[in-house]
Amino acid sequence: MQTLIELRALTKWFGTPHAGGILAVDGVSFKVERGEVLGFLGPNGAGKSTTMKMVTGFLPPSSGQALVCGNDVAVNPLDVKRTIGYLPEGAPAYADMTPEAFLNFCAQVRGLTGEAGRKAIARAVERTNIQGVLRQPVETLSKGFKRRVGLAQAILHEPRVLIMDEPTDGLDPNQKHEVRALIRDMAHEGAAGCGRAVVLSTHILEEVEAVCTRVVLIARGRVVADCTPAEFMSKSRYHNAVTLALVPPPGVMVFDELRRIAGVADVEDLGTSSTPDGTQVRCTVLASRGKAIAPEVSHLIKSKGWQVDLMRVEAGRLDDVFRDLTTANQPQPTKAAPAGAA
Amino acid sequence: MHGFIPILKRELAGYFVTPVAYVFIVIFLVLTGVFTFQLGGFFERNQSDLRPFFDFHPWLYLFLIPAISMRLWAEERKSGTIELLMTLPVSRAGAVAGKFAAAWLFAGVALALTFPVWITVNYLGEPDNGAIFTGYIGSFLMAGGFLAVGACVSAATKSQVIAFIIAVVLCFGFLLAGFTPVTDFLSGWAPPALVDTIAGFSFLTRFDSIAKGVIDLRDLIFFASLIALCLFINAAVLEARKA
Ligand SMILES: Nc1ncnc2c1ncn2[C@@H]1O[C@H](COP(=O)(O)OP(=O)(O)OP(=O)(O)O)[C@@H](O)[C@H]1O
Ligand SMILES: [Mg+2]
Repeated sequence: MQTLIELRALTKWFGTPHAGGILAVDGVSFKVERGEVLGFLGPNGAGKSTTMKMVTGFLPPSSGQALVCGNDVAVNPLDVKRTIGYLPEGAPAYADMTPEAFLNFCAQVRGLTGEAGRKAIARAVERTNIQGVLRQPVETLSKGFKRRVGLAQAILHEPRVLIMDEPTDGLDPNQKHEVRALIRDMAHEGAAGCGRAVVLSTHILEEVEAVCTRVVLIARGRVVADCTPAEFMSKSRYHNAVTLALVPPPGVMVFDELRRIAGVADVEDLGTSSTPDGTQVRCTVLASRGKAIAPEVSHLIKSKGWQVDLMRVEAGRLDDVFRDLTTANQPQPTKAAPAGAA
Repeated sequence: MHGFIPILKRELAGYFVTPVAYVFIVIFLVLTGVFTFQLGGFFERNQSDLRPFFDFHPWLYLFLIPAISMRLWAEERKSGTIELLMTLPVSRAGAVAGKFAAAWLFAGVALALTFPVWITVNYLGEPDNGAIFTGYIGSFLMAGGFLAVGACVSAATKSQVIAFIIAVVLCFGFLLAGFTPVTDFLSGWAPPALVDTIAGFSFLTRFDSIAKGVIDLRDLIFFASLIALCLFINAAVLEARKA
């Protein structure tokens, strides 16, 4: 393993501290190793884009360091910028240029001239599927194509570190799929087999399951979770939960029976509906932390002889964990610290 | 100066893929024509030189140059491409100089396209072509001075309109610094050293002497150092106000 990105207590104030300034990023530290795809999550305004802008050398940090391939961005900005491919939020590109001219410009700036430049551009164009729009001014492109042009620019020079701010925002489902495949490829292969580190921010949580090998969740500028997607999901109250749809004989208190199983934390009622066989009851049986309750639940059902229409074990719900972690400890305006009592 | 050449090329091409270049060049040529031949009394003077032609350049530049410089950085800020540009491996010096050089070259192209005026005067008489040549040099330098001031202003704002207006006002100040009514007004109360310093910043006085055919090293140094200073400030403004 080799650390390609390292953030050390990276902090960013907009404006002056204590004078109406905004603390956008508050001591963020994490590392990204070779071959990793890091999903950078957080609610709107959490500081994801600001963090990325500091790592890519666009904004200077107020304090702390960002190291890319061992180079401090503040000390060796050019070296860092050479190793990074960056897709800024909203994929900005020069509106009156054609993608062809734009990619040519990026190639030249990156020192890819002549044959090397042509090859690099051809490869990036093919991978992002923008062959059809190469001669059309960027301002007339659809949002999705604009983003793909931005992606092409970011991967042009086969960067060792790829940083993308909401890369799949605005893409159709097919393109999302393609881009995710591209991201996975990029992380694995890498120039001369050296592998890459990929950091992407997203609001689409399925994307995390689909491509990420690690998750860093920030809220109000601070890291609140740094783990694998599986660990992340296991924090969910739905982790190991069992969702059921069954038709019990009339008069049986299903929920009470389920609650009596050891390891069951709660049962959530999902409603009922009438079927030809009787009344169907739907519910989710929640497990206590770290308990696997599926065997007991199915044992109970079998022993009682209830008719089961559906039984599904839940892995956990990302959005649920996301909500829990990003709203915890948030000062509640209505129930704020007892001002009068203090 | 990393990225100087690609940025220069991109910017220069940028002028010609949009109507900006053509509109600018046509307006510049039409106005120089009108000013020279109508207002300047080119024919009535019966002298074979280009004084009436050059005399109007400062006033033309006052409005036309800020129209070029206003978009240099304001547009990048507005569209967010500044984030892209500044995260590519280019140095700030390279970006600032590349953009400025492209704009200056473009102004130079527009200026060079006034050559029919020069042909006319040579056809009609026997002008002092040396003086005309220095006139062109002086005009080009002055355009560079205006552009550098404008670029600096453009770096500080997102709005092209604001960049235009402030650049016009600043350039007007540089023009008027050596204007007799202004120096008279100043000398009423300001110490002579200050009046001289302010007058020394006058584009008008310096351009006038170059256009007369007198190339004074001090005038060249003035324009060169003014441009350098403005570009330096431009880079500093970019660093300070990135987001
Ligand atoms: N240039 C700026 N000046 C002042 N405040 C800023 C600036 N840029 C960002 N901020 C503030 O910093 C905080 C973090 O913003 P940031 O754009 O990093 O959030 P984000 O996590 O990317 O959100 P989103 O998911 O909406 O993209 C926000 O409160 C934002 O208002
Ligand atoms: Mg963002």
